[in-house]
Amino acid sequence: MSVDSREGYDKAFDHVVRLRIMSILMVNESYDFTSLKLLLQVTDGNLASHLRHLEQAKFVKVEKSFSGRKPLTSYRLTQEGRKAFQAHLDFLEKLILQNKSFKSSTTNKQAEKY
Amino acid sequence: MYFKVLLKMKKPEDELAAIKSMMERSTRFLSLSGLSGILAGIYALGASGMAWYWFYSPNSNTELLSFREILNRLLLLGMVTLIAAVSTAYLLSKKKGTAATQPFWSPASKRFLQSLFLPVALGGFFCFALLHESAFELIPSAMLLFYGIGLVQSAQFTLGEIKNLGFTQLLLGLIAAFFPDFGLLCWALGFGVFHLVYGSLMYYRHER
Repeated sequence: MSVDSREGYDKAFDHVVRLRIMSILMVNESYDFTSLKLLLQVTDGNLASHLRHLEQAKFVKVEKSFSGRKPLTSYRLTQEGRKAFQAHLDFLEKLILQNKSFKSSTTNKQAEKY
Repeated sequence: MYFKVLLKMKKPEDELAAIKSMMERSTRFLSLSGLSGILAGIYALGASGMAWYWFYSPNSNTELLSFREILNRLLLLGMVTLIAAVSTAYLLSKKKGTAATQPFWSPASKRFLQSLFLPVALGGFFCFALLHESAFELIPSAMLLFYGIGLVQSAQFTLGEIKNLGFTQLLLGLIAAFFPDFGLLCWALGFGVFHLVYGSLMYYRHER
């Protein structure tokens, strides 16, 4: 099961646009399709396919409503999506800290030689 | 195995920076123009200069005008200044947005306007009430205070410098409340001088 969740994790975040979508939805309760498109500068089809991927991974849920007569499609993160993205952020921070301590430990070793 | 999770080309620092940038761009109205702040300051200084002239200069023939007429003049002056400042802000921010390929009407800009609307609209109504009740000496203070609150609260949806501008308006508004004789001066400082200062700060930081 953990291998599967790591696999789903990969696919969800290994594309720039998907990572950006997740970032946007993390700090906005919901965001509509057109605003996503304008902000991300991608085509309708491109955006739709990425959103579908995230929906299938159960990270994002769709809400269809109307703004007057115009149909409005909005997206928001699911609990799992939020957890997965937070885990991804924690993972990145851990990696950055590891790199920093690795660098400082190697420079310490070099200093000890002299 | 873990490295599969990272984007192929990016270091973790870059990826985190990209995420944070996206978060900011989706929540903040970043095309607010600092130049419009500078111009608004100039308009306000011009307007307060005119008001000063009508009230205090011995050269003007305003003793001949009735109080009612002076009030009407001031109201008109205020309206014109407001319309000029708001339209300048709208036009320049729209221009700044298209230059940076950021659409003007976005969830962020709507949130910014919504949070600014309540204090400013209420301030407007309150000032009309003060006019109606002939409590003229408190009008500059009320304008500064309501506008200041609006700025402080809406700063989270736009460029952060607005928050400090808001605090200076609040401080000047309080001073004007306790020292109504300095009302016009505080108004000129708040809407004029400090808009020039913060507008320049924003301009040099974000538009050059």
